[in-house]
Amino acid sequence: MPFMKTPTWGTPERLRSRFLATFRPADLAVGLGTLALLYVAARVGAESFVRFHPPDVLPQISLDPRNLPNYAARSTLRMFIALIFSTLFTFVYGYSAARSPKAERVLVPLLDILQSVPVLGFLSVTVTAFIALFHGSLLGLEAASIFAIFTGQAWNMTFSFYQSLRTVPSELEEMATLYRLSKWERFTRLELPVSAIGLVWNGMMSFGGGWFFLAASESISVLNRQYTLPGLGSYVAAAIIAKDMRALAWAIGTMIILILLIDQFFWKPLVNMADRYKLELSAGEEQRFWVVDLWRSASLPRRIESWTAPLWHTIDRWLSVRTAPVEDPPHANGSRKSDLIFNAVTIIFIVALLALGTHFVLHGVGGKEVAHAAILGVATGSRVLALIVLSTVVWTPIGVAIGLNPRLARLTQPLVQIAASFPANFLFPFATLGFIKLGITLNWGSMLLMALGAQWYLLFNVIGGAQAIPNDLREMATSFGLHGWRRWKFLLGPSIFGTWVTGAITASGGAWNASIVAELVSWGNTTLKADGLGAYIADATSKGDWPRIVLGVGLMSVFVVTLNRLVWRPLYALAQRRYQFA
Amino acid sequence: METTIALLEAHQITKTFPLPAGGQQTVLENVSLAVKTGEVVALLGRSGSGKSTLLRILAGLIDPSQGTVLRMGNPLVGPNPDVAMVFQSFALLPWLTVQENAELGLIARGVDRDEAKGEALRALDMVGLEGFEGAYPKELSGGMRQRVGFARAFVIKPDVLMMDEPFSALDVLTAENLRGEISHLWEKGSFPAKSILLVTHNIEEAVLLADRIVILGANPGNIRGELQVDMPRPRSKEAPRFKALVDHVYTVMTNPQAAVGEVVTAQTEPRYSMLPHARSGGISGLLEILDSRGGAEDLPALAKDLRLTVDDLLPAVDAAAMLGFAMVAQGDVMLTATGREFANAEVHRSHEIFREQVLDRIPLMQTLLAMCESKRDGRISKEFILDILDEHFSAAEAERQFDTLVDWGRYAQLFDYHADEERIYLDTAATT
Repeated sequence: MPFMKTPTWGTPERLRSRFLATFRPADLAVGLGTLALLYVAARVGAESFVRFHPPDVLPQISLDPRNLPNYAARSTLRMFIALIFSTLFTFVYGYSAARSPKAERVLVPLLDILQSVPVLGFLSVTVTAFIALFHGSLLGLEAASIFAIFTGQAWNMTFSFYQSLRTVPSELEEMATLYRLSKWERFTRLELPVSAIGLVWNGMMSFGGGWFFLAASESISVLNRQYTLPGLGSYVAAAIIAKDMRALAWAIGTMIILILLIDQFFWKPLVNMADRYKLELSAGEEQRFWVVDLWRSASLPRRIESWTAPLWHTIDRWLSVRTAPVEDPPHANGSRKSDLIFNAVTIIFIVALLALGTHFVLHGVGGKEVAHAAILGVATGSRVLALIVLSTVVWTPIGVAIGLNPRLARLTQPLVQIAASFPANFLFPFATLGFIKLGITLNWGSMLLMALGAQWYLLFNVIGGAQAIPNDLREMATSFGLHGWRRWKFLLGPSIFGTWVTGAITASGGAWNASIVAELVSWGNTTLKADGLGAYIADATSKGDWPRIVLGVGLMSVFVVTLNRLVWRPLYALAQRRYQFA
Repeated sequence: METTIALLEAHQITKTFPLPAGGQQTVLENVSLAVKTGEVVALLGRSGSGKSTLLRILAGLIDPSQGTVLRMGNPLVGPNPDVAMVFQSFALLPWLTVQENAELGLIARGVDRDEAKGEALRALDMVGLEGFEGAYPKELSGGMRQRVGFARAFVIKPDVLMMDEPFSALDVLTAENLRGEISHLWEKGSFPAKSILLVTHNIEEAVLLADRIVILGANPGNIRGELQVDMPRPRSKEAPRFKALVDHVYTVMTNPQAAVGEVVTAQTEPRYSMLPHARSGGISGLLEILDSRGGAEDLPALAKDLRLTVDDLLPAVDAAAMLGFAMVAQGDVMLTATGREFANAEVHRSHEIFREQVLDRIPLMQTLLAMCESKRDGRISKEFILDILDEHFSAAEAERQFDTLVDWGRYAQLFDYHADEERIYLDTAATT
């Protein structure tokens, strides 16, 4: 029938054959993978709704390794729910701070403080609050655990988002205004893409840090009561009480596999996708990644995309119309007066809060106790600084050696990244056992425990710094015969200083937080305790001693903020000023 | 045109920004300007003349401190819906394809997707980008990227097409090519905008494209005058009238006192309260080139040969004039006796000559040295000097003035500046 035109999308048979023709093995993998994921999420999620009545009926943890997949899935679900909340929080908070000068003045310093508050110290508050909120359902504990992870993730991501919004090139902003992009279009076309890379990288780092809080928050004794939430963290806690080495090894193995899986199937594809949103227009080689390739070679996602495209366009339009730029934007007038009122209210509020807190603490414990806790704070602070010095001495030469060797760097960097996301508290029992056997006091030992998590940030920042040294400079150093100490003094040291500072800031923050779980550890019935603010907070938390909790957490925040202002900020400023490759 | 109402009109615009040391800096003062249908207006001025600020006020991106902007006779509030802008840095979204970038303005106005696509493709066709609609900006060369910028502006068919130094981020040949094509589109009469408002510091570009050149003076930005360019299009750069006009504009631009539209005869000594942003290396480079060309040269020719724009070349020329190394007249620059000696001196001697000239001719340098000497340790902090400069300049300008001052002082071997301590040391204090 040479004269008949066949329609492109004709008969059902034609459709089916087309479907079969384009259905590839990749589709099977993508389809099945998605279904399996949905099934696990639904099943595990349902278990959280089981009612329980603390303290009478508590979920029991079985040390049988066969339960581990279930526990791992439940922990992972918590992590991802926390990530979703962190992302939402990031958008709302970061957007408000970047777009409203008034909000900015309060939100940014507040974020700085929130970042310095030791999250684990507040578990007692959140656990009691959430259990009350959910009337005894296991959801209350779930929420408390998710909240703990959230507080470990959200601040970094928010800062990154805020920074990206503040640094959108001005001509792009003007373009968006002049071409009348609605708020929604501005967000989806400009602001979100601009911040994508920072957001994904920070999300990945924060997510890695989140495992630590997960492990600490699944099993916790608050107000003289032991609360347990089925998951990997509580499994480890149970293994410690039972002194079960084999179970511990199983848990660690599971954890490593979990981190690897999430890295390969979630973060790496995201990083790969975010790479599209580079602002500079220079053409670079596209990084390939196998999961992304699989996804792209499957036709299923594209089919679904084309089916849902009209729906998506409609939603896009609907939101755009509702957020269209106003024809007559209200111009700021009389702003000076309202500014003054706003500032006054803010200051009064802060002063009142401080006064209330101080009164509460002084009334509850007295000045002597405050001095005592301050001395403990100095002890913990010295540990933090000492461990950073020690980690620097140990890891800088290694990191530089790795960074200068591209092949080695490619091999080790993912390993270091995984080491950084591995929750150090899973390793605490081994170290504790070692301390008990060798008779080492936790006053020294806690330093090692804190370093277990913190050191990796130093290492991979140093590697990154060494990688960034321009080849010209290295050749120059070689040709002018700069060796040994001089090479370090003139080339390597200054080159890595900037990234080292970044690493040290992260490590220091992590170490302070870790001190709460590292200065008070147990193995079976043996408990080791160090003299420090971390142990003080942990102790107060388990006893439910409110004035001491407030005092400890408040003091620790003060210590962290002071250290940031006196040590890290000036170092960072110096690095920006002097030690940058322009 | 039958209508006398201007498409866009600035009426007695003044714009001030607060200064860090208190007080205000006036960027534009009492500026009035009208853009009518069918004309190409070029705003020509050196950096600091507020030409980009004026453009953004007319686009409704910035509010004026005083005065009003009228579009078709009505006061403008908020971003101007009748204009489209072509940006110096292109301002393309790297994650959208060429077509998605081009249709962005229409999509935002709620135009139907298919219709927007059609318009975008037509505009891309017009700028010679057919077949590139699926490409991402990073796959394109600079010139093609700016073509996308033009297409994006064309699709919304604006009353006034605004161009903010649209060719200055491109290399010379690409810029020449694209400029020619835009000019050609305008001449053909099918241009998708009723008029063009161009901001530039490139004199040839202004003469080539504009019907009217508005010359802006600096500190504060004001309109010094207008020139009608009533040459037929297409214009040839080799035509005597073209060359004469370019020369005249150069003369006006190098001479703040000169009246626009008159041929200047007497050379008045330029008196600046502000140091031109030229490094000592650049000044001595210029003098050596002048010397090798017999001591005098036509400025447009020099700029062209060195492939420099006004903003690159003029600071060095100004500085040479300020220091008594050169004289500027009638669009020519020529060496003085001192300038010739400087250009031929060996390194040591050249520092000496520079020192003599700086001390003789830069009052600010004398003040600074006197201050240093009055201190027992012979050193003063950057902060102190910035505090003084802040009273006259914006924070960024004060920094630049300071940088220039330090550069000249170092070259003249008058003092040393320690960047770590942010302190100036008298040379004797630094050595002891």
